Amino acid sequence: MFILKLLVKNALRHRLRTLLTIMGITIALLSFGLLRTVVTAWYAGVNASSANRLVTRNSISLVFSLPVSYTERIKKVEGIKGISYASWFGGIYINEKNFFPNFAIEPSSYFDQYPEFVLPADQKKAFINDRKGCVAGRRLAERYGWKIGDNITLKGTIYPGNWEFVLRGIYEGADKSTDEGQFFFHWNYLNETLRKTVPRRADQAGVFIISVKNPQVAAETSLAVDALFKNSLAETLTETEKAFQLSFVSMTEAIVIAIQIVSFVVIFIIMAVVANTMAMTARERIGEYAIFKAMGFRSWHIAGIIFGESLCITMAGCILGSALTYPVAWKFGQVMERFFPIFHVDNNTLLLDLLFSLLIGIVAAVFPAWRAINIKIADGLRRIG
Amino acid sequence: MVPAFPCRRRNNFMSDPTPQPSIVSLRNVSKVYRRGMQSLVVLESISFDIVKGEFLALMGPSGSGKSTLLNLIAGIDTVDGGTISVDGIDIATLSESDLARWRSAHVGFIFQFYNLIPVLTAFENVELPLLLTSLSRKERKEHVETALLVVGLADRMEHYPSQLSGGQQQRVAIARAIVTDPTIIVADEPTGDLDRVSAQEILDLLDRLNADSGKTIIMVTHDPRAAEKAHVIRHLDKGELQDVHP
Repeated sequence: MFILKLLVKNALRHRLRTLLTIMGITIALLSFGLLRTVVTAWYAGVNASSANRLVTRNSISLVFSLPVSYTERIKKVEGIKGISYASWFGGIYINEKNFFPNFAIEPSSYFDQYPEFVLPADQKKAFINDRKGCVAGRRLAERYGWKIGDNITLKGTIYPGNWEFVLRGIYEGADKSTDEGQFFFHWNYLNETLRKTVPRRADQAGVFIISVKNPQVAAETSLAVDALFKNSLAETLTETEKAFQLSFVSMTEAIVIAIQIVSFVVIFIIMAVVANTMAMTARERIGEYAIFKAMGFRSWHIAGIIFGESLCITMAGCILGSALTYPVAWKFGQVMERFFPIFHVDNNTLLLDLLFSLLIGIVAAVFPAWRAINIKIADGLRRIG
Repeated sequence: MVPAFPCRRRNNFMSDPTPQPSIVSLRNVSKVYRRGMQSLVVLESISFDIVKGEFLALMGPSGSGKSTLLNLIAGIDTVDGGTISVDGIDIATLSESDLARWRSAHVGFIFQFYNLIPVLTAFENVELPLLLTSLSRKERKEHVETALLVVGLADRMEHYPSQLSGGQQQRVAIARAIVTDPTIIVADEPTGDLDRVSAQEILDLLDRLNADSGKTIIMVTHDPRAAEKAHVIRHLDKGELQDVHP
């Protein structure tokens, strides 16, 4: 208790300096937390992937589609539990600013593949029964104030024209990692229109979503699916949902790496700032450390006082920085909702905050402690007065 | 275990004709400071004894080596030659860690500039050396209160050094020096930063500690009035012991 009191009192000896250092740590950890949360948000799709799901796409590129007739053949592959398909629609709501992910899906099977999208049974039934029906995520519906029964018009970018829908369902995520910002409508609605306007693009799906009975044989199942269409006009590439999502992230990997580097640079800078504070502190108190040593306090006592003070300062910054990360991330997530539909502070980020705070506290105190331990008592006492 | 403090007994050092046992024994002590290629002999072949209960004043001009000698006796500096034995222990042979442990149990320090920890109260400053003992919190409290009572600062326990006068700060420093009931008290210019009245009070206090509690005190001073309180005055000049005034 005495020592803790001494550490806190020592830390507050130069209030302004300590306050500024704590503020620096707070801002650094807040920045670090936010940047890490951005990285986590970037990988949200990957993290939300199910090990039970495979995605089959055209082996040439995702830009090219696959015939929906593949559905029946894929179904017959051993180990497959269910299948559905979807096409990226790429529509915009009112104008380009209102972008959100929207897909044409096979309505009766799609939600079976995604149990994390929780849609009430009556709404699901209403959606299936209405060819122009659509389903939106809760956050998306809240953003635009949509209610069940509202008419929604999307402007097609890949499929030109104005596409009208009636909101039949609002799904909720099973947990906070589920994206509640997506929009789904009937693949048939799209297909029937295409049959009339662009027949060569009809009866095609962007991807097949396959659920497997046993995720441990996912690789064999993928190979079996792809083998079915070997040497066909539209060869397939089947991979786990995680690998599929990672392929999107890899396109922007340089940005993610840059963000990660910046987040660590922030930590390094604050480490130097705290080390400077502790070096100044120790230099000013060399005489006091000599007095402690003269009284019989040993090197580890002196080191403990310096490390303790350093950790007091960094942990104060850590608590403030971590606490502030939540409201700031919440606000940031609201502003950036279009880009990061899932934006929440991960527990690992808080753990990293804590670990880096400890690291900063320890590293910053190493040199001052070494200096204080090695100073001769007589030399230290001479510096007083 | 620190013995109960204070051991109130009258010191009969001056009046008792029976020979007192030597508590500090210096034999051919030398100290050389080296800076690069240059060597400066600070102390050369110093030998003398300090008997138990003695109040010794070390005097001499600046740079004569008196503070260095005090540091050597207190175990905060090491000899380059000779031996220093305190209460039967040759402190030159102790490791740094053992020396620290030895200092905590056997030496009380009083410095010219008091050297109190500014963020601690008078009570906490006095309690500091007791943290190295196995005393309980309650026992520590009793020791600290007694020590502050002895120096006349029982009513200033919760005051910070900045709230005390120079003389009062030096009294707290004295309380800190005696709270562990050390074998010897070393005082380096204890009145050097005080006005005449405060200096006299401090010297009276040291005298009382020596007389009433039998504390062995080794004091470095420039002040002849301070030295008058001592039983023995030793003069140092250019690292050599000059004479003794009993």
